[in-house]
Amino acid sequence: MAALRDTAANASSVHQDGQRARQRLEQARSQVARSLGCGPKEVVFTSGGTEADNLAILGAVRSSSKPARHVVTTAIEHPAVLNACRHLERESVEVTYVRPERDGWVNPEAVRAAIRPETALVSVMHANNETGVVQPVAEIGRITRELGILFHSDGVQAAGKIPVAVGDLGVDLYSISGHKLNAPKGIGALYVRKGVAMQPLQFGGRHEGGRRAGTENVPGAIALGAAAELAETHLDERAEQMSRVRYRIERRVAGEIPQIMVNGWTAPRLPNTVNIAFDGIEGEALVIALDLRGFAVSSGSACSSGAVEPSHVLTAMGLTAERAKASLRFSVGLGNTIEQADALVDAIAASCLHLRRLSPVYVEVVA
Amino acid sequence: MNELIAVAMSGGVDSSTVAGMLRRDGHAVVGLTMQLWNQRRLPEVSNEGATGRCCSLDDVYDARHVAESLGIPYYVINFEKQFEANVVKPFVEDYLAGRTPIPCTLCNNFVKFEEFIDMARGVGAAKVATGHYARVRFDEASGRYQLLRAVDATKDQTYFLCGLTQKQLAHTLFPLGEFPKARVREMARELGIQVADKKDSQEICFVPNGDYAAFIDAYFKEQGVETGARRGEIVTSDGEVLGEHSGVHHFTVGQRKGLGIAAKEPLYVISTEPMTQRVIVGGTDDLLRAEFVAREMNWISIAAPTEPVRAQVRIRNRHSPAGATVFPLDGGARARVRFDEPQRAVTPGQSAVFYEGDLVLGGGWIE
Repeated sequence: MAALRDTAANASSVHQDGQRARQRLEQARSQVARSLGCGPKEVVFTSGGTEADNLAILGAVRSSSKPARHVVTTAIEHPAVLNACRHLERESVEVTYVRPERDGWVNPEAVRAAIRPETALVSVMHANNETGVVQPVAEIGRITRELGILFHSDGVQAAGKIPVAVGDLGVDLYSISGHKLNAPKGIGALYVRKGVAMQPLQFGGRHEGGRRAGTENVPGAIALGAAAELAETHLDERAEQMSRVRYRIERRVAGEIPQIMVNGWTAPRLPNTVNIAFDGIEGEALVIALDLRGFAVSSGSACSSGAVEPSHVLTAMGLTAERAKASLRFSVGLGNTIEQADALVDAIAASCLHLRRLSPVYVEVVA
Repeated sequence: MNELIAVAMSGGVDSSTVAGMLRRDGHAVVGLTMQLWNQRRLPEVSNEGATGRCCSLDDVYDARHVAESLGIPYYVINFEKQFEANVVKPFVEDYLAGRTPIPCTLCNNFVKFEEFIDMARGVGAAKVATGHYARVRFDEASGRYQLLRAVDATKDQTYFLCGLTQKQLAHTLFPLGEFPKARVREMARELGIQVADKKDSQEICFVPNGDYAAFIDAYFKEQGVETGARRGEIVTSDGEVLGEHSGVHHFTVGQRKGLGIAAKEPLYVISTEPMTQRVIVGGTDDLLRAEFVAREMNWISIAAPTEPVRAQVRIRNRHSPAGATVFPLDGGARARVRFDEPQRAVTPGQSAVFYEGDLVLGGGWIE
């Protein structure tokens, strides 16, 4: 509330109220910069993760000096990256979508193999939003540095869950989103390494170093700055708490419910995300059954049109459409406890038993 | 025991009132809206301004709004694939085969009372309730679930429900069957339902403005099927060629308008011959039939008979049931119907429903 009261003025104005807003904005920028391990001038505030991804990909590729342009990304990116790349394809940019290994992990050598002389940008997410699989961004960063190619990573899921230091990762561009760090929706940021040319997506005043026109969302930025600082300070204890709860869910589901598979279980994963396939179950039905019992979980990624297509991430990992639709994503939040995990697993077990009894396709495998 | 009831909510006044009535009576209720058809498909026939049709965004908005104000959980479930496979495709194929299909009956048989009941039971509901005007009761003597006409004869929808199986009826409630429509609107207002004064929906939900021929042409265009070779002749039963037409799917038995032929006596479509692409026309007397065969018989309120039974038989939704003797064939799988008085326009593809007073004995498809 204080942030809203103190920042009613425009941060670009000359008067004292405006100066105060500016000061708070720059303080927030420094907090975000510290959490990413970069300089404050390298942080551009955006309206969220989607805008940060779009700005990074469209902005960097459009200002590339290479004549024939090519982009390397992966088949498991968030739609904010995939659809920005598809848009570039309409601008005659070629895009290679590298497939992950079966556990959802992207092999750095597969990325290297996709790179061509005309490649203008590589974009690989830091952690996948559906499976939680953490990608070898630092290894890919070494390859792109060696070859002198710009490297963007979508860090929306990773920031606040695992350590992020843009210098160690070797990235030139890195996106984060406020609401994934417990800040409000409607704010995000893009790290733009000093010296990286960036064509803006929107035109107006010279805000954010000319990279993002429009009066700054000062209250949002203040919240993001505070959230980023808190996340960094408490990273270890939060990660430990979340992974304890996640591990409890995983271990009990694997031990008590037959014919399940934890998607990506052999790969390094975020402490808070687990994605499980329940054979013979319609994921949509299990989501509703669990919601009616008070547990908010998701199947795949919710699409605004309401169409239920199997997850592009899981099918890229080689899951059948049927098994992808039988998969649910569980995200552990900050306040979640072991007791809640136990109640969730009890509810999953009861719903699975019920759904499988009704299912015409589920056949129990007897060992 | 307070069992969970899933209400199929379309956003209209009937299903909204059902949800309100059940809630008022203390039942645990969950609202589900079936997303059946993407109205943005087939741009040639899409009619953005139209309301009161299935699956328009406005209807989903209305249903969600009603559920919210009633304080019941609510979800949209996607059955677009099932709807296209079981309703839209057969609808189009029937027209091309010279039949006049009833998609509402197919939708009830394969989607609303099959997939929907499965999903509802899957999420934990014991029963489903819909806003159909019909009545179900369990007959102790025969051990059968019986289907009866609605109290409001003008709203009765049993014609479209003649394919319901015993298992489907066992899980279904039709709370509106006991009330006249005017009373339903009154109850809607008493319950504070926001859509109490919304217009009733008409015609086939996925066909804008009732122009099914334009829909079929647009659907084929989308599927890349050539429709040009479907032209044919309009002939009398004596074989005299009177004119040309642009496809048998533009015609239905009994149709008078749109033939494009001037004649002394009014001409009607007597039948269509998809093999030769001919449309046979004649005078009004040529439309009379005393007998027909119904296939895929579904016996509801009685077990399949072995002896002929007397019934009132309805051969289209607006037809007044006419006295007939029904002779079971193939152990009741088919039936020969002999009317006491010949009836006009017995149309292949429509349902024939057999009544005894209010009781629906069963129904099948006219061959």
